[in-house]
Amino acid sequence: MVFDLSFIWAGLIAFGVLAYVLLDGFDLGIGILFPFLKDRQERHLAMNTIAPVWDGNETWLVLGGGGLFAVFPLAYAIVMPALYPLIIAMLLGLVFRGVAFEFVHRTARMQGFWEIGFWGGSLVATLAQGMALGALVQGITIEGRAYAGGNWDWFTPFSVLTAVALLVGYALLGATWLILKTEGETLQRAQRFARPLALAFLVAIAAVSLATPFLHPQYLERWFGWPSGLYSAIVPVLLALAVWQLWSGLFHGHPMRPFLATVGIFVISFAGLGVSFYPNLVPPGLTIVEAAAPDASLKFLLVGAVVLIPVILAYTAFSYWVFRGKVKHSDGYH
Amino acid sequence: MFNDFAAIDLARFQFAFTVSAHIIFPAFTIGLASFLAVLNALWLWRRDEVYLRLFDYWKTIFAVTFGMGVVSGIVMSYQFGTNWSVFSDRAGPVIGPLMGYEVLSAFFLEAGFLGIMLFGRQRVGERLHMAATAIVAVGTLFSAFWILSANSWMQTPAGYGINELGQFVPEDWWAIIFNPSFPYRLVHMVLAAYLTTAFVVGAVGAWHLLRTPESRGAAIMFSMAMWMALIVTPIQIFAGDAHGLNTLAHQPAKIAAIEGHYESYPEGRVPLILFGLPDDDAGEMRYAVEIPLLGSLILTHDLDTPMQGLDAFPEDERPPSALIFWTFRIMVAVGFAMLGLGLWAAFARWRGRLDTSPWLHRAAVLMGPTGFLAVLCGWITTEVGRQPYTVYGLLRTTDSVAPLQAEAVATSLIAFIVVYFFVFGFGTLYVLRLMSKRPKDRVDIEEIGPTRSSGITPVAASPSAPHATAKE
Ligand code: HDD
Ligand code: HEM
Ligand code: HEM
Repeated sequence: MVFDLSFIWAGLIAFGVLAYVLLDGFDLGIGILFPFLKDRQERHLAMNTIAPVWDGNETWLVLGGGGLFAVFPLAYAIVMPALYPLIIAMLLGLVFRGVAFEFVHRTARMQGFWEIGFWGGSLVATLAQGMALGALVQGITIEGRAYAGGNWDWFTPFSVLTAVALLVGYALLGATWLILKTEGETLQRAQRFARPLALAFLVAIAAVSLATPFLHPQYLERWFGWPSGLYSAIVPVLLALAVWQLWSGLFHGHPMRPFLATVGIFVISFAGLGVSFYPNLVPPGLTIVEAAAPDASLKFLLVGAVVLIPVILAYTAFSYWVFRGKVKHSDGYH
Repeated sequence: MFNDFAAIDLARFQFAFTVSAHIIFPAFTIGLASFLAVLNALWLWRRDEVYLRLFDYWKTIFAVTFGMGVVSGIVMSYQFGTNWSVFSDRAGPVIGPLMGYEVLSAFFLEAGFLGIMLFGRQRVGERLHMAATAIVAVGTLFSAFWILSANSWMQTPAGYGINELGQFVPEDWWAIIFNPSFPYRLVHMVLAAYLTTAFVVGAVGAWHLLRTPESRGAAIMFSMAMWMALIVTPIQIFAGDAHGLNTLAHQPAKIAAIEGHYESYPEGRVPLILFGLPDDDAGEMRYAVEIPLLGSLILTHDLDTPMQGLDAFPEDERPPSALIFWTFRIMVAVGFAMLGLGLWAAFARWRGRLDTSPWLHRAAVLMGPTGFLAVLCGWITTEVGRQPYTVYGLLRTTDSVAPLQAEAVATSLIAFIVVYFFVFGFGTLYVLRLMSKRPKDRVDIEEIGPTRSSGITPVAASPSAPHATAKE
């Protein structure tokens, strides 16, 4: 294989999307769990655990979209119209979720409304993302250089399944994040949430994994063929390992391990998707190489990415470090 | 009800609506971020608590506005794909990396240090907090740099080639980034953001001076804002003039439409049409009120250079004059009104009456929102004047649109309108409410303990109690 810039970029975009899923995943998870918390005080505490970092987390979504526009414009131009209603729903959900951080503190009368907005916005954004994932895995109809399917192609049993899976997964990320960031009663409640969520997430992953190989012959070949199936077999093994970590972490009341293990599960599932996708960027027919922008574009932005992404990671880590530790009721960030 | 023709109009309207909603927030946050950095620096330097109070006062307003800027901006970064997918495919290789740099060098910077700026003073110490505040301000400027470069390239494309797929291919990045209209647009927009902020800050200061003349915080705000008005407005008018000359060189049809000249002037001696009713269909200006020769003086700085009117361009290459004739005039009128207020305030200051001139204060309150008006009018002039192209002279708007059904766009358009008016309407209300609170001159001692750090108040103490800051 020729050393190709577009593969580096596919890796970087994948990294950006993964970072988004993990980081905004626990933010959205908090939003999903919102109505199940005890009272307003506890809900605001949960919100405060993410108040200083949510904006940075969401920026990875901009990198995903903007990055795709920059380096795989054709994929961007095909996927966005194909998933049009989902993208719009996600954006509107994120509007409500994002403004809620400030708005709930600016009004007494409508506080409840913006709390519902925070929950509903998180829910809608999550479901839209999950469905978008399902629709993408299923494949997108292309003719020439444009989307050629219908308005509703994205709505199938499979995309509903992936939406539910992501919903449960984000909720689990949120619960384990609360285990990490809170104490006392809230911590215990989060632990109580985490166990059934972990189970449900595993069931959902299993269901998606079983359904995926049968969507396209290519997926089936990739997972069960010979010898590629051998590599693919590593994924389930790693998954089992992460699940075991999650269980024992929850069981022993470990603060950090359940969260990290959930992150691990996400990373592995994501890698599994990568196995299915490769070498396509938009299955079934658009490959990474075909979708890539001219080399001049890839090179120009790569220079910046190589320098800036490590810097971004460093100051993001710094920001997390500044706001480390358990969040208490007394130090609300407002 | 909707046909093929409607889909593109709906997409255009949706883009115009969402981006107009978005630009309102950057126009304010770019200036406010710099203002906050200055206030914080003054606090560290002079150790006068009034600056810390002012910082906290505007910080909360900043946080609310910034939040709205972020969520409306994320919508924008996906709109290129959802509504203008053909444009994305064709122009993506050039525009995309510019916006990619915006994400990498600006958005992450702003978002990464925003938390520290808002909540971190006690945690990281004054110095790092100052650094974070300055970094957020720089981030907003980087953001303006890249997005305006992208937009300017669409106005005055340079440094590109076209490949066999019809895509624009970058050939010279330096020429692309620093395309001919970019320096003008960047300067004009950043100054516009500073002016917008200055007039909002000035209006808030004036409002409180009218009600509580003894408030030091209000007096400081007002004074700082009026310095900005005095110094920056003339620069802005000068920059605007230079921008116009640049546009005349690169987009003569746009200038003809802005000035309402349907006919060419082969001998120069162009009048300035002050007012009139442009009629695009008939191709003439009705009820024109003209000043002879002034058009030539402003546009070519001499009397005899010939000037093209819209009739010099094929009919399908003419931008509509009806709208931008007016938006341009509103912008310019606002500019001169701003200059007038700046001069008035300078005069009052010279007489030692800056804080005690109620009519000046009333005028400043009235001028508060005009920055936004000028910014929106300016952008409409720029963007509608670029029609019928998205990439000027090369890619038509009708060829840029995504293969969407009108129903889908119509539905999303209605959703955007309802949600934006609702959410940003309330957001604006909250911002106004914060502004109506009186700035405090001193720090309450019990407010700066380790747990209740400055600007940080605890979450609701009991489930039923409304939040501390929500009471007013
Ligand atoms: C002159 C300045 C300017 C202009 C013309 C635009 N923006 Fe903007 N944008 C900003 C200046 C800005 C900013 C100052 O950086 C913001 C405003 C408030 C904020 O939160 O950051 C921002 C936020 C913002 C965000 C959220 C960033 C984050 O997550 O922190 C996105 C994705 C965009 N914008 C995208 C766009 C697009 C696609 C535009 C063009 C159509 C656009 N902006 C026009
Ligand atoms: C932020 C301030 C901006 C405002 C208020 C603004 C306003 C507008 C308006 C009113 C239109 C509709 C024009 C018409 O269809 O007649 C438009 C179109 C458009 N603008 Fe802008 N714009 C802004 C910034 C930008 C930037 C920074 C870019 C690109 C980097 C951009 C790209 C476009 C595109 C692709 C269209 C759609 C195609 C078209 O109708 O020309 N705009 N904008
Ligand atoms: C009074 C003198 C002014 C003049 C002569 C002037 C001139 C111009 C011109 C010619 C354009 C169109 C550029 C193009 O061809 O695309 C423009 C755009 C614009 N103007 Fe002004 N302007 C003035 C005042 C202002 C003021 C006071 C503000 C805001 C506070 C403002 C904000 C804008 C913005 C945001 C744009 C669109 C972005 C851009 O193209 O730079 N202008 N102005």
